Amino acid sequence: MADLKTMLRLWVRVLAALVLLGAGAAATCADQADSLEQRIAPVGRVQLDGASPLQPLVEAQPKGADAAEEPVFTGAPQLKRRDYPNIGVSSRATVWVLAQMHLFFGALVLAVPMFVLVIELIGVRTGDDRYDDMAHEFMKISLTAYAITALFGGSLALALFLLYPQFMEYLMRVFGAQMLVYAVLFFLESLFLYLYYYGWDAMRYGDRKWLHLTIGLTLNAVGLTLMVVANSWATFMMAPSGVDEVGAVVGNIWEVMKGPLWNPINLHRFIANIAFGGAVVGAYAAYKFLAARTAEARAHYDWMGYTSNFIAILAFLPLPFAGYWLMAEIYAYSQQMGITAMGGILAWLFIVQAVLIGTILLAGNYYLWAGMSRTDGSVRYQGFIKWIALTLVVCFLIWVTPHTLILSVSEIAALGGSHHHVLGPLGIMPAKNIAVNLMLVVTFLSFQLYRRSDKVATVKWERAGNALMGAIYVVAIANIIFAGVYYGYFTNTVYKVGSSVMQVVSTLVVIVAGVVIDAYMFKGAKQLPSKWGQVPDRAQYALFALPIAFTWLMALMGYVRSSVRTHWHVYTVMKDASVDNYIPTIGYAGNMITIVTLLFLVFILFIFWIANLSTTKQPAPVVEGGVE
Amino acid sequence: MAKGPRRSPLLATLGFSLGLTLVFTLVTYILPQVEGEAPKETEVKLGELTMDGFVALGQELFEGKGTCTLCHKPPPMGRAPDIQGFNMVDTAKERLADERYKGEAGDPAAYIRESLVDPSKYVVVGWGQKGSNDTVSPMPAIDKPPIQLSPVEMDAVIAYLQAKDGNEVSVALPTEAPAPAEKAAAVGAAPAPAKTPEEAVAKYGCQACHSMLGTESPVGPPLSDVGARLSQEQIIQSILEPDAEIAEGFSEGVMPGDFAEKMTVRELEMIIELLRESRG
Repeated sequence: MADLKTMLRLWVRVLAALVLLGAGAAATCADQADSLEQRIAPVGRVQLDGASPLQPLVEAQPKGADAAEEPVFTGAPQLKRRDYPNIGVSSRATVWVLAQMHLFFGALVLAVPMFVLVIELIGVRTGDDRYDDMAHEFMKISLTAYAITALFGGSLALALFLLYPQFMEYLMRVFGAQMLVYAVLFFLESLFLYLYYYGWDAMRYGDRKWLHLTIGLTLNAVGLTLMVVANSWATFMMAPSGVDEVGAVVGNIWEVMKGPLWNPINLHRFIANIAFGGAVVGAYAAYKFLAARTAEARAHYDWMGYTSNFIAILAFLPLPFAGYWLMAEIYAYSQQMGITAMGGILAWLFIVQAVLIGTILLAGNYYLWAGMSRTDGSVRYQGFIKWIALTLVVCFLIWVTPHTLILSVSEIAALGGSHHHVLGPLGIMPAKNIAVNLMLVVTFLSFQLYRRSDKVATVKWERAGNALMGAIYVVAIANIIFAGVYYGYFTNTVYKVGSSVMQVVSTLVVIVAGVVIDAYMFKGAKQLPSKWGQVPDRAQYALFALPIAFTWLMALMGYVRSSVRTHWHVYTVMKDASVDNYIPTIGYAGNMITIVTLLFLVFILFIFWIANLSTTKQPAPVVEGGVE
Repeated sequence: MAKGPRRSPLLATLGFSLGLTLVFTLVTYILPQVEGEAPKETEVKLGELTMDGFVALGQELFEGKGTCTLCHKPPPMGRAPDIQGFNMVDTAKERLADERYKGEAGDPAAYIRESLVDPSKYVVVGWGQKGSNDTVSPMPAIDKPPIQLSPVEMDAVIAYLQAKDGNEVSVALPTEAPAPAEKAAAVGAAPAPAKTPEEAVAKYGCQACHSMLGTESPVGPPLSDVGARLSQEQIIQSILEPDAEIAEGFSEGVMPGDFAEKMTVRELEMIIELLRESRG
């Protein structure tokens, strides 16, 4: 557990370093932009006096003697259905699959080096070679995934240029040379990735190890920059900035990139990628555990699986808060867009999201409970498990309760309205906010109990510390329920959002207080032995459930994020006039998401197999009578 | 320490993963299967339009293309005042008399029109943008993207809001031609896009007025040498905004001004390229 504390500390430091690198670059760009706030205001809020709503291709033309010096602003093309090439298969489905596969692998490739760097640092600090070996093994997965990321990225670009040529021409015009910067970053990413992986053993000890760590840090800085550059394309499509009402570029590239949704998406993807990456390598460890034939191998992969689960759940806990910020910014940019996502046709998808997050939390908790069998000290905490499980199940059921039901006239009459008088109130957001926050709180409790199970505190204030921790849990839970009920049911809709902030703060207080109190309470604690490899096989399936649910969830939420643009390629400036400019049924979306998830699963199993193959050595053939 | 051979976990893990994926897929099938269609332009025959039809069109726009009901719902679900739930004409009179009103409207119809295009002129207490102290409305301007109702469509919405509570409808039935975008939608599917510059020229009847490609016509300026006389930008402007600059000796308003709506991007590009290469 001391290792985990070290991991947390180092993690924070590495993140701070990466943030500083990014902030430096951002500040440089920001200095170049005058009256930035005014110039990059999203077009949805910019009203040009006297401008007609739909102007032709050429928005402004020079007139008179100064004609030669006047700039010509070209707006976004206004397309007709016939402008879209037809290759005989759905253009949207083609791009959907390719984009999602690229995003899955891109997320994995960017995330794994982040926690690998931290694990490598722990190895240096503790002098324990197991960390170094595990980090190297994780990188093997990332390296194979990198090639597949590039293949899907290239295919996606080709498909976009083939199927949406005018749209891509417009994006190229808006982003210009930034696309070339992206290409350069891609080369740098390749360079540092190969150096980091293949230089591992050559730079394993002493000063060379620090050189290796520096390469790892640079790899992550380049990777993060790649991600935020690519994010700017997606957020420009959702909330364009740096362009006028008809899409003509009026700002510089920094103004185009820094739309209102850019940073919320950057943060959300950064955290989600880590959770996703942790879950995928967890599945790798589980697979190897199940295939292991020796106790040593089982112990190694049990430990690797535990570490991966730790990474995935740790990153997952703050993810809803980043999601909350993103949605708040979407509402601030365009209430209509926010309602389309949360209260319109896409709102039903959040029921599916509830099922997926419920699965993740149940699987994560179950793995922790099963992991308690590694140490005899866990007996002290077994009694809590049934209450945690009960809370999770009740909250999960509240979360999946739909608000409205599709009913026949006779059913409505029998029900007394379209909302059930008892279950109806559970369908709205305040009830779901209560549920999700309580689920996060009890998941943290599981995690805390797991961490405590192999320790016996030796400090004198143990009872007082436990009482304080218990009080914090009680107050936080009471506050989450009170805020949700009071603001959710006794104020108007606008103020319902206000309750979320109180609830989020309560959950965060529990997490931070738990980490701090335990850090001091278990300093110098008596350590009980942990029997790695003793965990039951069925716990490994929880490690498989995590990446499956994460992958499905990522595809689902990506679909929601993209669909809030409705019938616009670039919201408010470039309409989608293609045959696919409608939001498909949930069933169709579910099919598409399942296809990409299964495709990803097939590729991931291939990567596991390749990673295994690289360590397999065929024995030399034995030839009778000596050397062949 | 060998434990003996274990079964390969491939099939078990694959089966488990497949099963879980299918469970998630099944969840999507127990939910309502609804498609969100892009707004469609409705063909309205102005000559046959009655006031009842106009009011019905307004209701259709209010609940459909206008997306008004996304926010304007009955409490506690609404994110904006429930304007379907109260008499908007009476309400408009009260707001016009309110000292917080910052607009210039003189009657309820003008007030409603003003609140559609500039919603911050009067923000109902409790419904303003967060932090604005109810001085800024979160409502988008309805005549701008993404909603983009035309003036006729806004009149229809006003007529509906007046008529739904039995008030007299004060907006006049539209008599003028619909906006180009609506007109384009009303005529149905356009002909197939031209494949060559010559086809594009023939499709849009350029040779009916201009001397070009070996034909003669005195109505418009000759284009056989236009590439030598005008820059690319001027050629584009002459096609899309023909009255912006008139060639000497020719009259304003003769050349149609709606090619931007009719031409595809590719057709426009082909014609421009052809004209640029026409140097006499």
